[in-house]
Amino acid sequence: MHKDLPAGLTNQLFTNTGNSSFTEFLGSFAPQLLPVRDERLATPIGDQVPHATTIVAASFAGGVVMAGDRRSTSGNIIAQRDIEKVFRTDDYSCMGIAGTASTGIEMARLYRVELEHYEKLEGRTLSVAGKANRLAAMIRGNLAMAMQGLVVVPLFAAYDPDRDAGRIFGYDVAGGPYEKERYDAIGSGSIFAKGALKKLYREGASADDTVTMLIQALYDAADDDSATGGPDVTRKIWPVVSVIDADGFRRLGDDEVAGVVQRMLDERMISPDGPIAPLR
Amino acid sequence: MPFGYASPEQIMRDKADYARKGIARGRSVVVLQYQDGILFVAPNPSRALHKISEIYDRIGFAAVGRYNEFEELRLGGIRYADINGYTYDRSDVTGRGLANLYASNLGRIFTESIKSLEVEVVVAEVGDTADDDAIYRLTFDGSVFDEHGFTVMGGQAEAVLGRLKERYQEGAPLADALDVALTVLTEPGGERPAVGQLEVAVLDRNREHRKFLRLVGPRLERLLQRPAGEAPAAPASTSQEGDDDGAPTAPEGPLDDGS
Repeated sequence: MHKDLPAGLTNQLFTNTGNSSFTEFLGSFAPQLLPVRDERLATPIGDQVPHATTIVAASFAGGVVMAGDRRSTSGNIIAQRDIEKVFRTDDYSCMGIAGTASTGIEMARLYRVELEHYEKLEGRTLSVAGKANRLAAMIRGNLAMAMQGLVVVPLFAAYDPDRDAGRIFGYDVAGGPYEKERYDAIGSGSIFAKGALKKLYREGASADDTVTMLIQALYDAADDDSATGGPDVTRKIWPVVSVIDADGFRRLGDDEVAGVVQRMLDERMISPDGPIAPLR
Repeated sequence: MPFGYASPEQIMRDKADYARKGIARGRSVVVLQYQDGILFVAPNPSRALHKISEIYDRIGFAAVGRYNEFEELRLGGIRYADINGYTYDRSDVTGRGLANLYASNLGRIFTESIKSLEVEVVVAEVGDTADDDAIYRLTFDGSVFDEHGFTVMGGQAEAVLGRLKERYQEGAPLADALDVALTVLTEPGGERPAVGQLEVAVLDRNREHRKFLRLVGPRLERLLQRPAGEAPAAPASTSQEGDDDGAPTAPEGPLDDGS
């Protein structure tokens, strides 16, 4: 059987005439490499594996920004202080993960190959809606594991060249996608982050203002949710911030983010709850 | 099966002659090293049927001969690269591994089938420095040639290679390397192919993530207009540059900015 041979040593690589989905090719060629769908887990183990927490995203004029905090937790323990939960998936899209960290990271890795594989075989990139649908199918495939406690819910953001605008898609454990207007947040701190974004979001804001907006929202989430990490000034661990516009995906450097965070902290020394929205 | 006896030598010779004839029918493709990586140039009037393609982060592919046959090789190569990069790590996908896969497949088809593939293929991998670059040329019978600096295949390959040997310069800037490639692809006294008749791509070691970039449209025109020797290093790098029309595009589009 071909499965006994190292990948590539069979003619199957040259005779597969199915569609351009990498996931489906992987499922037929080497199904053992798909993210595990073990339905035999006796007890939910959700609390014992690290969980990723808060991701926020907001669109601006001509693009979209996504940001995530750096904490992962197992129960009451901080599992990692500097985990990265926002991933570039192709030149014009990215995804953030909340829920079981390991499952989410694996999903992001597969999803990146999925998008690139299609692009290389077909000679064109998938439409934004096509990308969002593929991710939904992947999450639905994880439903059995989610019922056992290994929940992973991503947030997907992409630049759409047809509209010259950023678009945001949310999901639930059974799939999706749900297109979100303006902004969205996922993870344990998302309630607080959304509350902040509701008051801070400005139509037609610049990319820089939107970055500030998201960092404020993450701070508010960390303020009230123990599983969300605030900026770690002593260790110099800053949120991961990614901007996608017509020029493509760009992850902001640590210096850039540190500058925005520092300015916010200076303001919060005076007004600890952050910017105050006008009453009317 | 054909009637009568034919010696194995005769059968192999016939197959090889048949394949060579098919490959020589098309236009030549030139692959050469330049300052920042590896340049692919192919006269190709078709905008849909590519002779040059991206396989993986650092690996590019060029082919001559029958389109349907090398397209199969290209698709198989992409599957091989993506499977291995996903199984292990992206850095574990190498041009050498891909060249070996192609060699074994080409060799098997050459010996086992009545008709061998009428293709010749280049697998090129860009490294962190010019010394780490690799260009492998594979012929229809599965032979692998580890080329240094430059190679030519298809069409009047011998004549083009002769001209290229005279003109090739190590570490030339992109505009100069492109000029050399077009000069050698044009028969002496002939007219250069128009911009719309050219397929040009680079593996640029300075790019992030995916090194492969198609040069098309205004960017290619600018490179071609620049008189050779005058230009500084042509900047086909940096992730911020891909905005000739702002659209995220696949390899066939105006740019393939894999930042």
